[in-house]
Amino acid sequence: MKQTDFTYAVARIRSKELSLLSAQSLEQLISAKSADDALRLLADKGWGAPDEPLEAEILLEGEKNRAWQTVGEMVEDMSVFDVLRIPDDFHNLKAAIKQIYTNSTLAPERLYLKNGRLDADTVRKCVSAKEFSQLPGRMSEAGLQAYETLVQTGDGQLCDVILDRAALEDMLEAGKASGSDVLDEYARMTAVSANVRIAARCAKTGKSLEFIRRALAPCGSLDVDALAHAAVGGIGAVAEYLAGTDYADGAVALQESPAAFERWCDNLIMRRLQPQKYNPFTVGPLAAYLLARENEIKCVRMVLTGKLNGMPEGTIRERLREMYV
Amino acid sequence: MTTGVSLAILGAALAALLAGIGSSIGVGIAGRAAAGVVTEDPEKFSKVLILQLLPGTQGIYGLLIAFIALSNIGVLGGNVRQLTTAEGLSFLMACLPMAFVGLMSAIMQGKTSVASIGVVAKKPEEFGKAMILPAMVETYAILALLVSILAIVNI
Repeated sequence: MKQTDFTYAVARIRSKELSLLSAQSLEQLISAKSADDALRLLADKGWGAPDEPLEAEILLEGEKNRAWQTVGEMVEDMSVFDVLRIPDDFHNLKAAIKQIYTNSTLAPERLYLKNGRLDADTVRKCVSAKEFSQLPGRMSEAGLQAYETLVQTGDGQLCDVILDRAALEDMLEAGKASGSDVLDEYARMTAVSANVRIAARCAKTGKSLEFIRRALAPCGSLDVDALAHAAVGGIGAVAEYLAGTDYADGAVALQESPAAFERWCDNLIMRRLQPQKYNPFTVGPLAAYLLARENEIKCVRMVLTGKLNGMPEGTIRERLREMYV
Repeated sequence: MTTGVSLAILGAALAALLAGIGSSIGVGIAGRAAAGVVTEDPEKFSKVLILQLLPGTQGIYGLLIAFIALSNIGVLGGNVRQLTTAEGLSFLMACLPMAFVGLMSAIMQGKTSVASIGVVAKKPEEFGKAMILPAMVETYAILALLVSILAIVNI
């Protein structure tokens, strides 16, 4: 009866999907006269909470937390969503290491995310006490390595590289362990997208082969060694390498810019999630809902940032992703 | 009581038992989905309730076959027929279509009802179409019911 375990939750999510933003809703936001008008439009669509001020970051953070809270109410064992929670854990680990290294007194709510597997305060306490072994998975080893690297070299970028790679490796592992094709594919797509972006950035900044190899996370669908060698040869070589993989269509986007490639990856993920709209039993639709919400929050952030900076509508539109509904 | 009567009662019991199990599973799955929709939108209760109840009919058909079989054997009237083993086996075989088709069709109908409840959650105006889809599964339960009735009354 395992396959019916999510029957209640999926049916509930079907009702929730009605309030997801469509491409048409985004178009309305883009057409708003100002960021404030866009925020009011979002409030009319049910975004925000009565006790929250109508401010962009508070609204977006609140919506992300509410999406997780909704799914948390329906699913007893949230470990199935580890693929989606690991990035928040590593973000918190990175923030804690840097906060402790710099003795920063910034308020925790400005630094830490809430939807990881671990409470942000636990992560901060472990880093503060140098008890990295208390952390799960690769957070333990990578955390210690990143902390020591930062203390010894003061190189924040190297610290990020260590943690980002460990996060991707943990995600790939959690994707396989989840038993869900959707989550597994999402983890693989995220690793591909991140690896290609890292390779493109390294190609632009002329990083060494050793640095690039250290930064790339091994993933099944890309030969990271070949990608690292391509990155040494420049962005053209990275695109050329990509053209010979399963992600050949993304090579064109990569030649345009790494951001265009990231958009191509996000759109591909959204397209591959579409069948979950007709799947009534598995965890897939729940994962799709969480990803759809993250995607719409990302898009709304782009629109609001664009409006605040007075960007033309066409420029904002170019950056937006395809929507789930 | 003869072996024949025991076999006939076994047939009646299987019809009620398997079809009843199928219906309880089907109604249970659909009920979970219905509860999910009602949590978000209580106004859809009546629509999802109908979809939840669709897989419940197999249990009733199984009960009907069990009653007809028990009545023909004479168990209900208190005047039990002295059936031969061959006659008892015939009753048992006659009850099997309803027993097995009832079990499987109720589970399958429950799953189809879950999918249709998803349709109602997003497009309540398409309730009619959503109801036809699980109702199609009912066809096979009705065919099995007919075969079982025809077989039992002609023994």
